[in-house]
Amino acid sequence: MISFSAVSKRYPGGQDALRGVSFALESGEFAFLTGHSGAGKSTLLKLIPAIERPTSGSVVVNGQNIGALRRSAVPYLRRNLGLVFQDQKLLFDRSVYDNVMLPLSFSGQRPREAARRARAALDKVGLLARERANPVQLSGGEQQRLAIARAVVNRPALLVADEPTANLDAESAAHIIDIFVSFHQVGVTLLIATHDQALIERYGKRVLRLAEGKLAA
Amino acid sequence: MIGWLRQHRDACARALGKLRAQRAATLLNALVIGVALSLPAGGYVLLANLQGVAQRFSFEPQLSMFLKPGAKRGELESRLRADARVAQLRFVSREEALKELREAEGLADVVAALEHNPLPDAFVLRATTGSDAATLEALATRLRALPGVAQVQVDSAWAQRLGALANIGRLALAALAALLATGLVAVTFNTIRLQILTQRDEIEVSQLLGATDAFVRRPFFYLGLLQGLAGGVLALGILWGGLAILNPGVRELAQAYGSSFQLAFLSGTAALALVVFSALLGWVGALLSVSRYLR
Repeated sequence: MISFSAVSKRYPGGQDALRGVSFALESGEFAFLTGHSGAGKSTLLKLIPAIERPTSGSVVVNGQNIGALRRSAVPYLRRNLGLVFQDQKLLFDRSVYDNVMLPLSFSGQRPREAARRARAALDKVGLLARERANPVQLSGGEQQRLAIARAVVNRPALLVADEPTANLDAESAAHIIDIFVSFHQVGVTLLIATHDQALIERYGKRVLRLAEGKLAA
Repeated sequence: MIGWLRQHRDACARALGKLRAQRAATLLNALVIGVALSLPAGGYVLLANLQGVAQRFSFEPQLSMFLKPGAKRGELESRLRADARVAQLRFVSREEALKELREAEGLADVVAALEHNPLPDAFVLRATTGSDAATLEALATRLRALPGVAQVQVDSAWAQRLGALANIGRLALAALAALLATGLVAVTFNTIRLQILTQRDEIEVSQLLGATDAFVRRPFFYLGLLQGLAGGVLALGILWGGLAILNPGVRELAQAYGSSFQLAFLSGTAALALVVFSALLGWVGALLSVSRYLR
């Protein structure tokens, strides 16, 4: 599903964010990506939806080589990925429901089908009752669940989340991870970046550990 | 195909939603465009009306030669027939002239007030077609030298002058229209730029979640197009209102001359062209702005 081989990323200015990273994530896997802040977690995750391009090495996602992907092909790659961003990127000028509808508006879905999918996604994260609310009115945990609902509304086979439990209390964080586990149980592949060691140990999943841009065994 | 149509309908609906959400700004922008467009359009209406007046009169190279009382008509006529520059010749007696005058628009009252016929006999000559102003003037000078000739008038001179004036007017109008069109593109450019800036977040999130460039840009094109359209319609309204205000005065003035003349509104085609042109300008402004600020 995802395959990195000898991937390096150097930002303009000469800073090496990733150095020779190689790993593969099989379809249906659930892996945590961990490491100190600045270890390169976010950079690695940004390579998957082609937000950043590798400086060298190859990144292959769903059979597509990210380094060689044309700009016009990027949107179609992203529609098949579920992305949860570190800063969530919710839109506060519209309701919870309209936030989830956003990705469906791109693909020219039939309105009835789109509405059904949006409600199903909200239901999965337990926010169906709040669909008319503005995201501002939601708690931190609810906002994160909204970001997840928006990420899965297109039913992606791969879900990538960057620090989805940061700034959440233990209970909310556990709720978030439970949602991820339920997706995993229906076959979704997950890659979740976190620096929460306790969380990683509790779930006992595969761990990719980054340190100074390199993958530790 | 249906999906594509739906995307366009959605983009148009989103643009309309934006316009509705900012009613005051929308109205002001449309007003700027409308006022700017109504200026050249108004000039065009005046010019078209003026040309209509000018074209009712002949542009043929015609001269009128008025005779002194007691002039020898037969001798003059044979001399005129001998001149190669004269293509046609018609004698108008003073009685005939008075009759024509009586039938002319607006002069019946004047003629009725006359105690005796003040008009002279006259020849109306048409010079060979294609004669320019200088030839006509030379001919007139020669005719003036003939015995028994009181006055020679080059009839088409004023029409030619009016024509030349209208040409200058049209040129000035074209320059004004080009200038204001540039202004309109700039106005739309700036409005769309501000729209893009206020929607930075939405654009960024949309792109991250898989919106194509076309999807992101489409509503802005519609925004420019609709704004131009509204401005064009408003310009028509301003023009119509302006004529409604001017026309009672024009009618009154024309009536004083016994004419039923009044300023005519744009033809249907011209009105449609104005609105389409305005919408097109809005679209161009949006295109420039989008290609500059949406990467």
